[in-house]
Amino acid sequence: MTVTTAGAGDRMGPRAAGGGRWRGRAIDLLPAAVVFVGVLVAWELIVGALALKAFILPQPSAILAALRDNWAAGGRFALSTSAAATLLEALGGLAIGTVVGVVVAFISSRWVTARGVLLPIAVAAGAIPIIAFAPLFNNWFGVLNPLSKAMMAAVLVFFPVMANVIRGLVQVPPAAVELMRSYAASEWTILRKVRIPNALPYFFTALRLGTTLSLIGAVVGEYFGGASFVLGRIVVQSASALRYDVTWAAIFLMAGTGIALYLAISVIERLAIPWHSSVRGIDSR
Amino acid sequence: MTSAQAPAVVRLTGVDKVFHVGDQTTTALTGIDLEIRRGEFVSLIGPSGCGKSTLLRIIADLIDPSGGEVAIGGKTAGDARRARDYGMVFQAPVLFDWRTVEDNVRLPLEIMGWDAARRTSKAREMLDLVELGDFLKHYPYQLSGGMQQRVAIARALAFEPSILLMDEPFGALDEMTRERMNSEVLDIWERTGTSVVFVTHSIPEAVFLSSRVVVMSARPGRITRIIDVDLPRPRNEETRESTHYFALVTDVREALRDGQAGRDGASAGGSGTGSLDRVRAEDGVG
Repeated sequence: MTVTTAGAGDRMGPRAAGGGRWRGRAIDLLPAAVVFVGVLVAWELIVGALALKAFILPQPSAILAALRDNWAAGGRFALSTSAAATLLEALGGLAIGTVVGVVVAFISSRWVTARGVLLPIAVAAGAIPIIAFAPLFNNWFGVLNPLSKAMMAAVLVFFPVMANVIRGLVQVPPAAVELMRSYAASEWTILRKVRIPNALPYFFTALRLGTTLSLIGAVVGEYFGGASFVLGRIVVQSASALRYDVTWAAIFLMAGTGIALYLAISVIERLAIPWHSSVRGIDSR
Repeated sequence: MTSAQAPAVVRLTGVDKVFHVGDQTTTALTGIDLEIRRGEFVSLIGPSGCGKSTLLRIIADLIDPSGGEVAIGGKTAGDARRARDYGMVFQAPVLFDWRTVEDNVRLPLEIMGWDAARRTSKAREMLDLVELGDFLKHYPYQLSGGMQQRVAIARALAFEPSILLMDEPFGALDEMTRERMNSEVLDIWERTGTSVVFVTHSIPEAVFLSSRVVVMSARPGRITRIIDVDLPRPRNEETRESTHYFALVTDVREALRDGQAGRDGASAGGSGTGSLDRVRAEDGVG
């Protein structure tokens, strides 16, 4: 109620105008970073204090050392080569699943009969546990071909992309469609000017989900055999050699790859739809 | 501004509308005869469910009538829509989040194939008209509700439609903002000479704005009275305080009450007062 607070708010607003937006974002992430580091430190200390054997739970420092020692290409576990290969499979799957999901979404949102045919198939495909496909895809695309892993990722990515994009294309405010009809706009124009922009936030939500899903699909595929230098194989092989420090290093690399993909999509989203409430924050009015 | 000799821009003859939901049929409108002359400002007023928004959508060719004829300046409603004769404003502003204020106003001009330079100059001219010339690059979420509705009005008028159709455009605004918007709409109407069909459930708003107030009644939706509003123009704050204005407000209120009483006639002896209270409650001045 008092006037004295006026002006105080614009000093340190977390989403202050202009260049402060990105810095504000970094400040938002600070608590998560502090907790993450805190957990690592606690892990290090507790494992040390309890004198746990390294094959039960290695210390973060040991994992870091394993990461460093096995990073280079040509080594027994070649983590850098493996991470790049897995990332490539995941990205390929993300791309294939997204493109197919978007195409199917456009077709089914345009033609009701197509929706009737495609949706049940898509739902059925989405309901099958992804593991079931692994031997099939190895057989179809070749166990050593990265495509067999990318297809695992694609199947996982496809469903949320399709479902979300259909929703974005269809769930347009009725008054917006009436407005466009009052301009005598064609269906094609309504699609371009209203439905597609309306679907963009839904699309990006699905894409962010897709980053994690694509990594899961690729790694699950790798477990069922394939080239030696991929993160999934490294996990299997290092564990059977009781090199759990390397196993953990590979797991950390998977997490890092997932986070990097997720952040990359988030950045693209911010640039593509700065007007959307999910991007600008709900407090900016 | 309006003369009785001006040609009819909207002519409705015996318009009916029946909705079928499952095996239920609802008569939304029956026997609507109405002529709106060029440059006229006509309000449709009535209780919820009287079909006033349905009637507006029939004029706009957004829904088809079940019977009767709709002629828009000698054309069918469909031809009029394809000829871009209608500007529409809804209760919600229906601005597109991803477009700036200026780009929202440019949208109909893009669809109608105007070249870029003309689009820009026209959009700016319209935004100046609604006094939002300083907000061209703002996004809708950065504006208040009243400002958003002004953008919607600028957008509706940008391509110079011959008829402006407004469906409770200020229903979501507070009373102060609504009165200011009323004056602005009148100002714009007087400057552009557009014919306006304005749906509202506010009696004072209908009287203040209109050349004629069309009073409707529900179940089935029909026109019960048409009241000429002969208040002098330009209208302003003084208008709102004149005795003649109050007399007309009372006229409209009684016409609404009669329409209600006609419907409730059989129900109870005291139905007259009951209906009056209901109408007052609906128009928000009681």
